Amino acid sequence: MDKVTFNVFRLDPEVDEEPRLDSYELEFKEGMTVLQGLFDILERHDGSLSFRYACRESICGACALFINGSYRLACRTQVKNLGSEVTILPMPHLEIIKDLVVDMTPFWDNYERIKPYLMPAEEADLDKERLQSQADRSSIDEMIDCILCGACYSSCPSVWVDRSREYAGPAALLWAYRFLADSRDDADDERIALVGNERGIWRCHTIFNCADACPKDINQTWSIQQLKKDAVGRVIGLKRK
Amino acid sequence: MKYHQVIVVGGGLAGLRAAIEAATAGHDVAVLTQVHPVRSHSVAAQGGINGALANMPDGRDDTPEKHAFDTVKGSDYLADQDAVEMMTALAPKLIRQMEHWGCPFSRTDEGTISQRPFGGGGFPRTCFASDKTGHALLHTMYQHIVKHGIRVYEEVVAISLVVEDEVCRGVVAMDLQSGEIIPMASDAVIFATGGAGQVYRPTTNSLIVTGAGHAMAYKAGVALKDMEFVQFHPTSLHGTNILMTEGARGEGGHLKNNLGERFMEKYAPSAMELGPRDIVARSIQTEVNEGRGFESQYVHLDLRHLGSDKILERLPGIRDIAINFAGVDPIVEPLPVQPAQHYTMGGIDCNADGGTAVAGFYAAGEVACVSVHGANRLGGNSLLDTIVFGYLSGKNAGEYVAGKEGNNKEHSAVAAAFEQAVKDIEELRASDGPMDPSDIREEMQDVMFRDVGMFREEGPMRSAVGKIEELKDRFSSIYLRHRGKKFNLDLYRTYELGGMLEIAHVIALGALERQESRGSHYRLDFQDRDDENWLKHTIAYYTPDGPRLGSKEVAIGKWQPEARRY
Repeated sequence: MDKVTFNVFRLDPEVDEEPRLDSYELEFKEGMTVLQGLFDILERHDGSLSFRYACRESICGACALFINGSYRLACRTQVKNLGSEVTILPMPHLEIIKDLVVDMTPFWDNYERIKPYLMPAEEADLDKERLQSQADRSSIDEMIDCILCGACYSSCPSVWVDRSREYAGPAALLWAYRFLADSRDDADDERIALVGNERGIWRCHTIFNCADACPKDINQTWSIQQLKKDAVGRVIGLKRK
Repeated sequence: MKYHQVIVVGGGLAGLRAAIEAATAGHDVAVLTQVHPVRSHSVAAQGGINGALANMPDGRDDTPEKHAFDTVKGSDYLADQDAVEMMTALAPKLIRQMEHWGCPFSRTDEGTISQRPFGGGGFPRTCFASDKTGHALLHTMYQHIVKHGIRVYEEVVAISLVVEDEVCRGVVAMDLQSGEIIPMASDAVIFATGGAGQVYRPTTNSLIVTGAGHAMAYKAGVALKDMEFVQFHPTSLHGTNILMTEGARGEGGHLKNNLGERFMEKYAPSAMELGPRDIVARSIQTEVNEGRGFESQYVHLDLRHLGSDKILERLPGIRDIAINFAGVDPIVEPLPVQPAQHYTMGGIDCNADGGTAVAGFYAAGEVACVSVHGANRLGGNSLLDTIVFGYLSGKNAGEYVAGKEGNNKEHSAVAAAFEQAVKDIEELRASDGPMDPSDIREEMQDVMFRDVGMFREEGPMRSAVGKIEELKDRFSSIYLRHRGKKFNLDLYRTYELGGMLEIAHVIALGALERQESRGSHYRLDFQDRDDENWLKHTIAYYTPDGPRLGSKEVAIGKWQPEARRY
């Protein structure tokens, strides 16, 4: 493969009436990633293209896009695995600021709303750490891999139909469970009260799009199910931990 | 005109830590950040954060003093020893505080924070969260920004620092989403904008690590210090140059040449793979240059003998990266690694309080040069630097603004700087010359790596200085491909390039002037350290004709300079 065609979604909502796909023929180089292709367009073909980037090593979460029909991090996606035709869209169901740059405000607002921070009952002394067993620590391994890229949020049908943007969505609920499951956290009641409603866990219909979309192979639905079990356990008088 | 008592520029670990300290002291604080805070380059730190917690059975005798000594020795005695001792003394408390705030550190059998050995350290001293420590710390830090409701201006960058009569009055900012230029007055400004790695390629650094803060401060008349000291990390993944953590060697990984030899035997017979980074990086490059590498480009980092359990538990992040980016699984194959630019030891000349020669202007983290890293930073000390000097600069800026509330509100110097910035940006936007900024960027990165890199010599460096001057000249007649306002990457990246050329000039000239070898600065024509003439910091001031260099004393304390042996 010497050449590859990038079809890139373009829209400036203040100027364009309709979105369009612009096509660019790029030189293929061994090891080329989709993000490198976008930079090639920006620097050698069309300086008007807008997209987000930062680490280029799949840890910062800036470049999640909808590439050839799947959620992918542009920086980690090898062009050679996609063939000679690459179609790049912004993450669907989010407002477009320009081209591939979407408005993540509802995503961040919902993340902030679940109180994504440790809430221990007592302040600890700076002369020692809170103890945590290796087993307790590894019980949150999967959740803390989240890079907040927003792919799960964009992929969730419950988000799509929620015009108010009040449904927390998979990532925020994953983080709610990450803190509930942390042996150092003592705010279970408050956390369940925050998410045990129609803006939280009960709007998850276990569709698993989130787990499918996640570039870090996290199963958000599983975490949400744990929150549901905890919430139900409270109602029927079982204590979870 | 907007106003906040304290403006923090940069949303990585140092900036967020500073913002939390100033805000919890009751001040009105705002953070400006080019990317959402969790996208900042701190997120990519892997191996860990150093502190003498003495949690491990073979590390019970560790103390902040021993940590300070290792840091000073690692710095090749260019670090200021008072600042180093302050940092290592604060380390255990501030690391535990991150644990209290929720950071998911890996644990020992007793449930305390686990620690691993790192290069140049005498003890297992590096606290870690598997091999994603920066990610764990940055998310925890951002969660505390959320908890305290601190104002974050996302995708808003500072484009000039406003200084009048040696007093800081605020910044002028640009909203990347709208392209709007915004005057922002404040009583104190803290720069925590990260390093300048993109001046080089290859680099392990994120694409946003462009030295923008260095350039803004320098242009505003603040001195830069020790910029010629640039760290090359020994082990970046061949091809993409993504970091392969020093923790891989800390866990027992071996470096091997094409003869299968653990070649570090020749260069650091007792520390072996855990020598300091400057020595290991030069050793790898020497093996490659002398024909004992692979494809004349890289050596092997062999982890196979660690076994899959250890790799999956302690090094899952780099395994994923190696599989995804190089198609290599370190459980079954050795990793191809080569040195790449990694860290900017130099930076804004400041003291251990984070303060500079400009009242109300502070710097913290990689953009700052206190100096605690001197000529070579030890692995695990950069994350520590961010939380210690983030904390101190936030605390001190808070104390500085107390009683000054509203002093700089609607300040005329900010209004004047705003008008100048609008003019400058419009001029840049209208650029219509023959030169392509992308070519200039690539030529700068290549000449810096080749001639002001791991091995330096007068002739090539002299021509590199000439090349940078030529590139600066060409930069004055560039063209822009796009003139729009909204999210104009072409415009902002070209703005960044203007600053990077200034930084490259300072690095190259400083390296040319310093006629000795010390830490990361290794001269083929002056291979020994020369304490008599060069045990001093380089200071660089901006002039329109290029950097004006001076010097400053090094604070020597308990430890007299001696030869570094590992």
